[in-house]
Amino acid sequence: MPPRSQQIGLATLLLLLVISPPFLSSFLLTLLTQALIYSILAMSLDLLVGYLGLASLGHAAYLGLGAYSVGVLTTRHGANFWVTLAVGLLLAAVVAAVFGLVALRATGVYFLMITLALGMVIWGLAHRWVSMTQGDNGISRIPRPDLGLPWSLARGIPFYYFCLAGFVVALWILWVIVRSPFGQSLVGIRESESRMRTLGYHVWLHKYIGFIIAGTVGGFSGVLWGYYNGFVSPADVELATSVEILLMVALGGRATLLGPAVGAGVIVFLKNLVSVYTHRWLLILGAVYIGTIVYAPEGIVGAVRQFAKGVKPEPLRSKT
Amino acid sequence: MEFWIAQTFNGVSYGALLFLLAGGLSLIFGMMRIVNMTHGSYYLLGGYVGLTVIWKTGSFPLAILAGALAIAIVGLGEYNAFLKRLGGQELGQVLTTMGFALIFQDLGLVIWGGDPYTIPVPAVLSGAYQIGQLFFPVYRIFIVAVAALVAVVLWLVLEQTRVGAMIRATVDDAEMARGVGINVPLISMGVFALGAFLAAVAGVVAGGFVGVYPGADFEILPYAFVVVIVGGMGSLKGALIGSLMVGLLDNFGKAFFPELSYFTLFAPMAAILAIRPTGLFGRA
Repeated sequence: MPPRSQQIGLATLLLLLVISPPFLSSFLLTLLTQALIYSILAMSLDLLVGYLGLASLGHAAYLGLGAYSVGVLTTRHGANFWVTLAVGLLLAAVVAAVFGLVALRATGVYFLMITLALGMVIWGLAHRWVSMTQGDNGISRIPRPDLGLPWSLARGIPFYYFCLAGFVVALWILWVIVRSPFGQSLVGIRESESRMRTLGYHVWLHKYIGFIIAGTVGGFSGVLWGYYNGFVSPADVELATSVEILLMVALGGRATLLGPAVGAGVIVFLKNLVSVYTHRWLLILGAVYIGTIVYAPEGIVGAVRQFAKGVKPEPLRSKT
Repeated sequence: MEFWIAQTFNGVSYGALLFLLAGGLSLIFGMMRIVNMTHGSYYLLGGYVGLTVIWKTGSFPLAILAGALAIAIVGLGEYNAFLKRLGGQELGQVLTTMGFALIFQDLGLVIWGGDPYTIPVPAVLSGAYQIGQLFFPVYRIFIVAVAALVAVVLWLVLEQTRVGAMIRATVDDAEMARGVGINVPLISMGVFALGAFLAAVAGVVAGGFVGVYPGADFEILPYAFVVVIVGGMGSLKGALIGSLMVGLLDNFGKAFFPELSYFTLFAPMAAILAIRPTGLFGRA
């Protein structure tokens, strides 16, 4: 997509997001808030999957790190928003820095497996470190943040705009990163690691920095998630959540940033709306997984692009 | 001393169960590089089918056989219709197999409901041997025996037969194997079915031990992955040693550091990977 049409798409999307709340029921507004938070998470994973070509199966860990930071700090220490934000981001960055050392030794299937195992480390702690995380019961009654604004964030619409602001910040940061020379070098590494090395790039360091950024932004979504949900439990960090984030990225379209955001929105609405009408929503979600790969291997954005240009899609392939 | 013996025994018997589950997964990984999130579903559905068969016929051996065959057919269908075409596309494989895992999870709920069940085991296999202060449940010994039998048969087939040589050749280099006239698609299909078969055997056997219940699929899946990662993909020896390690680590971890028990399982694995990214016995 040329930058021009991308800008138009982005502007339309943001405008819709800004003006829609008064027209939505509180249920739909809640879902839209949730979609925004998951969009941040999916966009952060897109940095790895789309731009670096590294499919991670443990990205829910960062959602959990952010959310648990909020849960523990607010319910036990009465921490304010800025403290939880700082701790959440720092924790996610540190964990990503440690995990990156291990995970980036591998690519392809091995990278998938290693990130899965690392994600399970975080899940295991959430599940078993009861004195810190309260185990399977989770941490509940997390209060909404008080930023000293004239509008209470305990109410739906102000909190929605709060999350929208977070979304815009995350989108802007990631947008700047992927369009920067650094972001271009990530794409170069995805396409040919050896060529980038020959050109004198420190390939490992670039991947490592990309990995840490993805984790930190993921942690940011976790902080918002903790406040949004008022509750955090091991279910937020389980394997199924990690796979779901991957689905959002694939469904929306890899290496497009906005695509994964759209994918996140579709999945959040689908999950919640379908489960209103039928108990068989797992069946439908399963079909969406399979249908995405069979019918839209390049995702929604990819399909639109293909439609606009008549380009043949590439197979869904990450680096082996 | 008793504590150590009892915990080791428990760890080994859980490891034996994991070997049944992960042995086939490892071969599938090694040969086709397919990340199969459905493997845990094969285990759970196998247990459910076994449960129904035992309700209808009362025969435990028949339950194992029927469960395993039914799931092998399910696996074959999934492989032929979808996975075969996704070679080398990890993301596509993960999402497709995850889709199937969710569908199977829901079908399990529809057909067998949400209640946990235990598969009734034959009288010969119930009870326990007592040595001094120690009790060794017969059923756990049975699991170890089944795993040992499967390991020996798999080893003999892989090392001593023509088909085994073809499988090893395909694991080593599928392109070359095809070049020398081995029917790689057929071998791959067979190995995939074998993996599903063994996972279902594990499911039925586990049904008399930890039970059959919704959620067991995703509970056991990470364990199977860890075994494969630690042991190295495509290596039977790796799967065996990996299973024992994971079984023991899991047991002692839970006994010594209950709060950190999953951490004690997954962290050493991460450490092994940091040193050997392809696992203990895997080749890149």
